[in-house]
Amino acid sequence: MGKSLFEKVWDAHAVRQLANGQTQLLIGTHLIHEVTSPQAFGMLRDRGLKVQYPHRTFATVDHIVPTNEAVEPYSDPLAQGMIEELRKNCAENDVTFFDTNTGKQGVVHIVGPEQGITQPGTTIACGDSHTATHGAFGAIAFGIGTSQVRDVLATQTIALNELKVRRINVNGTLPPGVYAKDVILHIIRLLGTQGGTGYAYEYAGTTFDNFTMEERMTVCNMSIEGGARVGYVNPDETTFEYLKGRPYAPKGAAWEAAVEQWKSFASDADCTFDDVVDIDAAQIQPTVTWGITPGQGVGIEENIPTIEDAPTQSDRDSVAEALEYMKFEGGSAIKGKKIDVAFLGSCTNGRLSDFQEVAKYIKGHKVAEGVQAIVVPGSQVVAKIAEELGLDKIFIEAGFEWRAAGCSMCLAMNPDKLVGDQLCASSSNRNFKGRQGSPTGRTMLMSPLMVAAAAVTGEVSDAREVFGFATANA
Amino acid sequence: MPSTPIKQVTGKGVYVPGDDIDTDRIIPARFMKCITFDGLGEYLFHDVRKTESGEDKKHNLNDPRFAEASIIVSGNNFGCGSSREHAPQSILRAGYNAVIAGSFAEIFFGNSTNLGVVCVIASDADRATIAQAIEANPELEITIDVEDHKIWFGDQSVPCEIKPGARDSLLSGNYDPLDELLEGSADVAKTAGALPYMQA
Ligand code: SF4
Repeated sequence: MGKSLFEKVWDAHAVRQLANGQTQLLIGTHLIHEVTSPQAFGMLRDRGLKVQYPHRTFATVDHIVPTNEAVEPYSDPLAQGMIEELRKNCAENDVTFFDTNTGKQGVVHIVGPEQGITQPGTTIACGDSHTATHGAFGAIAFGIGTSQVRDVLATQTIALNELKVRRINVNGTLPPGVYAKDVILHIIRLLGTQGGTGYAYEYAGTTFDNFTMEERMTVCNMSIEGGARVGYVNPDETTFEYLKGRPYAPKGAAWEAAVEQWKSFASDADCTFDDVVDIDAAQIQPTVTWGITPGQGVGIEENIPTIEDAPTQSDRDSVAEALEYMKFEGGSAIKGKKIDVAFLGSCTNGRLSDFQEVAKYIKGHKVAEGVQAIVVPGSQVVAKIAEELGLDKIFIEAGFEWRAAGCSMCLAMNPDKLVGDQLCASSSNRNFKGRQGSPTGRTMLMSPLMVAAAAVTGEVSDAREVFGFATANA
Repeated sequence: MPSTPIKQVTGKGVYVPGDDIDTDRIIPARFMKCITFDGLGEYLFHDVRKTESGEDKKHNLNDPRFAEASIIVSGNNFGCGSSREHAPQSILRAGYNAVIAGSFAEIFFGNSTNLGVVCVIASDADRATIAQAIEANPELEITIDVEDHKIWFGDQSVPCEIKPGARDSLLSGNYDPLDELLEGSADVAKTAGALPYMQA
């Protein structure tokens, strides 16, 4: 019987079994950033240990960097302290650091693929729950805690339990105006925020076959929002095409050999899965979250659920809590909710194709009065190419602010924050209470084009109507 | 060097109601601008406890009756969201060493176990019973018996679940895996040697 990609990669990286039954798993690539690594380096120093495989460790700075001050020291001394600490730790341990002056800095999950560090058939770990993003390349990528960052630094391994694998097939063509972001919001709505606990998600089907790498990354990115620590897509020609010629991709004869090896990691046609879910792409709507978990989403044509409609008492409690926090009425239309802020960016939707798609439609439109709209490229590379293409001018002309690369308002550890109970249309991945920097701030997750539609109308809108898609409401 | 085995956890309880208590609620990101975990305890559940102007909200976590609690009782999918170890670190540093929930998010569960924070699963009905018992008597002593899969409170007990791997690690005191991982270094080099991308 065949094996899944997950099993093959796991087997190739399993070092040995530990006393408690867990596996000691080799982590081929370790990505680190400024928030979850300093304590780990501290623990290493306390124990007199060194980074074991520095050439497999790569660092960037993303969470705390301001997107509107280019010069250090930053106005926030805590942020300045964190970037300096990372610089010091990388220098002391010979770790490659994509610092702000390299032209390569950006959100860790954008930088890895962009540099060609993220490769099929590898294991990747990062002290960040959105590490599953790298699974888009057919890598097994784990989000880990800081003690595990220490473990990887010191041993290049972690102790883990093997996961089950759920295959999620999405077949067919997405309707116009429906994007990869809608696919993952739909999956989470369907399977719930804890549906993926204990599973790796294998995303497959013709919809994924036809997706670009950036679209695959958007879906894999939010696996954790569905409870799955790992999500991946089998590598194919699209994957190899993307990687070819990237700085850290194999070159020359090594390239041919690598591609052959990568192909062999793809799930075998006759392998079995612990669970299979089938989804029809044609049924997926532009999806918007109305609540405080990523599973609380509805199609743009739908109404927000009512407390009474929820099946169990604990569901009723959750809906009631979400409605109270969001200041929404159960049963009201999702369309028409007045927004204050529009955020385009993050490791979910801060890539070139996201900005290209929006730029195609916003020409001739203006951000509505009273709305602050910001665009934050996911990396310096994305920013540079976008600027070469003139996308920055299109956004600025439409009334958006064009910022420097970072996580920015995805989690607001830098100065970009909501104020009070502002409502934000956001292309990021989490709508938790307080996520965007204000303890009462409100977040609605949606695709980049839906964020743009909200920005120009001042309220949650159907992008297909706002931007004149021929098939809207057909 | 193994840590002290954890066979039981005993203490008073506090009920933190709600499902999907995410890591941003456990420790808001703005308190993570730090390079050590020291001092994080102070910000545990900050926005759950405080209004925007910094006053205490009405919440069990602010109620002096539960000030001595060291065991948190909560809902389903506790610890969902981020991989930030700042979450269990702040729980530990605020004086709690166990969480009883309906279920746990996976990364949070692993991070907590590595630190020796005991996470056990009990049914909705049993957690409701425990929560009522705490409310009726905040001084009530709760004991989580890791070995026996039981939670004792007063003269009652209910069953609880703990993942077998985590249970073994707690009982043997090997919940911090670093030493065992270090011992495997020769095998690690062998596994790495067989993978082309691992070569320098
Ligand atoms: S963009 Fe958001 S989700 Fe992605 S790494 Fe940064 S803070 Fe985390």
